[in-house]
Amino acid sequence: MSAKVWAITKKDIQLYYLKGPVVIFGVLFPLFLFLAFTIGRNLPAAFLIPGLMAMTLFFTATSVSPVIMPWETQMRTLERLISCPISVRTLILGDILASFIFGVCISAVPVAVGVALGVGVRSPIILLTAIILAAFCFSSLGLLFSTPPTSLVSNIMMLSTFVKFPVIFISGIFIPVEQMPGWGVAVASLSPLTYFTDLARYALQGYAYYPVHVDFAALLAFSAFFLLLALKLHERALPKRF
Amino acid sequence: MEAIEVKDLSKSFNGLTAVNRVTFTVHQGEIFGFLGPNGAGKTTTVRMLTGVLKPDAGEARVRGHDLKTDLVKAKAVLGVVPETANAYGDLTAWGNLMLIASLYGIPRRDGEQRAARLLTEFGLYERRASKVKGFSKGMKQRLMLAMALVSNPEVLFLDEPTSGLDVQSARAIRQKIRALRDEGRTVFLTSHNMQEVSMLCDRVGIINRGQMVALESPEILRHRIGGTVTVEFSFDKTPSSTPPGAERIGDAYRLYTTEPHEVISSIMGFATRNGLKLISVNVQSPSLEDVFVKLTGGAPE
Ligand SMILES: Nc1ncnc2c1ncn2[C@@H]1O[C@H](COP(=O)(O)OP(=O)(O)OP(=O)(O)O)[C@@H](O)[C@H]1O
Ligand SMILES: [Mg+2]
Repeated sequence: MSAKVWAITKKDIQLYYLKGPVVIFGVLFPLFLFLAFTIGRNLPAAFLIPGLMAMTLFFTATSVSPVIMPWETQMRTLERLISCPISVRTLILGDILASFIFGVCISAVPVAVGVALGVGVRSPIILLTAIILAAFCFSSLGLLFSTPPTSLVSNIMMLSTFVKFPVIFISGIFIPVEQMPGWGVAVASLSPLTYFTDLARYALQGYAYYPVHVDFAALLAFSAFFLLLALKLHERALPKRF
Repeated sequence: MEAIEVKDLSKSFNGLTAVNRVTFTVHQGEIFGFLGPNGAGKTTTVRMLTGVLKPDAGEARVRGHDLKTDLVKAKAVLGVVPETANAYGDLTAWGNLMLIASLYGIPRRDGEQRAARLLTEFGLYERRASKVKGFSKGMKQRLMLAMALVSNPEVLFLDEPTSGLDVQSARAIRQKIRALRDEGRTVFLTSHNMQEVSMLCDRVGIINRGQMVALESPEILRHRIGGTVTVEFSFDKTPSSTPPGAERIGDAYRLYTTEPHEVISSIMGFATRNGLKLISVNVQSPSLEDVFVKLTGGAPE
């Protein structure tokens, strides 16, 4: 099965990720968005870089992954693909893996930006583990967005944007969780991005709002939830695409 | 073991029954023609048998693998050229074949050998490194067939494989279908081309509005519609009245009958009485097309 998952991943990377605009957009969009909200606030780089990492990873891992299914439905390539001896699980895992690889690679950019600005990584192991776990978590979320059985890419884009934008404002990126009011903390705890941002702050600044093991446990739990739900919903949606 | 066994297979789309309790068997090593007017449920049946759609009810087995419980195993022994599906336009011909080969779990070396052989056979080897979006319709269809064959499937589903192709391409595909049968493979073929079906198929199933209306060899089917023959004849001059029971077709006349002998004597009589000379008589047994029209109550495309 793993070879088949990899075949799907390779196809995705070749067709959808290794495109100039996709890569450049993946780097620049979070950067510009981030600058738009932080410029002029005179915040220290050590605070900003974890936020930039969180935004970049979140946006890249959820950028392409939701549109592959509707796109392939529309281009009529999906029918041939699923009449091959693969299960829905293989297909979804392949899509997630491609998004995961893309997310992990692109997240090297904000880390490099941080290093260039003199923000060192205190706990590289924690950072790396956090990036890996979060990339998987957000990629699964990306696949969850594509479960409505439509062939309209724009619908799925709208749906995912509708969810993604609020999420970045409640996840401790621009306002640290410790400065939020009680209800804000409650809302933030519902976002998987909060826990990655927290881990990134821990890895770079040395302190975090939640204990590290809570962050990891939360990311794991969200990953499992998104993955299982995406598998189940895709299983149901796939035959409705024809 | 039968190649395909289908029992009471049904599928509806929001209340519209596209396939209604269809039952048939396709034997190993035969070419089975699946006919029906537009919207009869052919593609829906193919999609259920290739694991794209889930049947609402009924059973289906491909080479003994139950589609409900052993879907991946069933898909592993079949190949398909779907009616409307595409290869990846942004991949090369080679890339598409290698993708399919790896999804069938074929070792890379074998996959490369088969891909090279198939591309050569279908006249695409020179274009193997070109992106498929630049291919003509016929080239795309040949590539789809190569993709269906790269796994050496025991059972091949072809949904209108020759529709819209030029004479040469269509003929090449038909030759390939025959060659596959001669290798002992099973071919499930849908087509609107009656001549193609009567030339190729060992047995024919006709579906109309989701229901099977016939399941026979083309020969038996032709006999089944009552032994009616068509008699076409023409005279040297246009008669003042139409011969009784005949319809006019251009400058000739046509009659359907089960008694050609009597009909021809009465035509002779008609000619003599009216001072005409018979210049042509043509007696034809019914074509598959006639059978089709009779059974489905509509003209095929
Ligand atoms: N995904 C779908 N959603 C709704 N209705 C569908 C769907 N697929 C098929 N149908 C309907 O089911 C019926 C059978 O369609 P199908 O495509 O199986 O016909 P067909 O025999 O292949 O026709 P054709 O010769 O035109 O290819 C049609 O009435 C069609 O409109
Ligand atoms: Mg059809």
